[in-house]
Amino acid sequence: MSWQPRRDGAAQSERPMSSMRVLDERLATASTVENPALEKETQGEEELDVPWQVVVHNDPINLMTYVTMVFQRVFGYPREKAESHMLEVHHKGRSILWSGVRERAELYVQQLHGYLLLATLEKVA
Amino acid sequence: MEICRRNDELEISDLDPFLAELLRQIPLSANPEGAPAAEQRLFSSPADANQKEICAEWKLYVEPELRRLFRSATETVAADLAQLNGKEKSIRNCTLRIPAQHADAWLNTLNQARLVIAAKHDFTDGELCDHYRSPIGSRRDLSLFQVNFYGFLQEFILREVSGFAGTDLD
Repeated sequence: MSWQPRRDGAAQSERPMSSMRVLDERLATASTVENPALEKETQGEEELDVPWQVVVHNDPINLMTYVTMVFQRVFGYPREKAESHMLEVHHKGRSILWSGVRERAELYVQQLHGYLLLATLEKVA
Repeated sequence: MEICRRNDELEISDLDPFLAELLRQIPLSANPEGAPAAEQRLFSSPADANQKEICAEWKLYVEPELRRLFRSATETVAADLAQLNGKEKSIRNCTLRIPAQHADAWLNTLNQARLVIAAKHDFTDGELCDHYRSPIGSRRDLSLFQVNFYGFLQEFILREVSGFAGTDLD
């Protein structure tokens, strides 16, 4: 296995987070006419619609230059933007790096943990 | 100690036995086993504890993947460090050559080691920012020196592979 954090969630066959769960539910409803479980599926769609955010928290050990590099690699941000987020983490204790659908946010958090940053997934208030 | 890039290799030359030993300690230092605080830091929670479903799925499916990732990086570094084997008792300085394509594995493993050491010793911000602390008079001082030495190596590797410069610590 490559040592490098995954950059492509689609390549991860065993990844069962929200997308897989919704997919499983859809497959189940497709094969069961008597019990379409519409309410459950609607719930899943609503969950997907709620925006999530990727938050990186301050850590006194990680080097500033390393954190900047990780932001550039994971999010594809230009250096200036990556540095700006890194400084926000450093001075304010946290920075919101990205917000959007849950599945993508989960993938970003996973990548950030692969680089050993303190990152969390949060629902947008 | 001298450190430079030569073609496709990062070369750390004129390594005295003490620094060579610190390098040999990298894989061992990166191992969080037996230290709950270090384990918790390397495999931190992906969400607030109230998000039980996310945390449970993460533990089940993502954490094993992260463990494999970290182990793979550590194995790459350990293989590179085999160059230093058999020189433990030598008082002569030695050289370590790191293939440039292993740079990311080194960055990852050095980070693991620094985080594990810091978690084990619970260093204060003051200690971590005191780069001129000397002499080494205790195991704790030595560990702090290790954290800073590994950080210095990380900075060098970052500068060489990514064009990054700077020595400030977060």
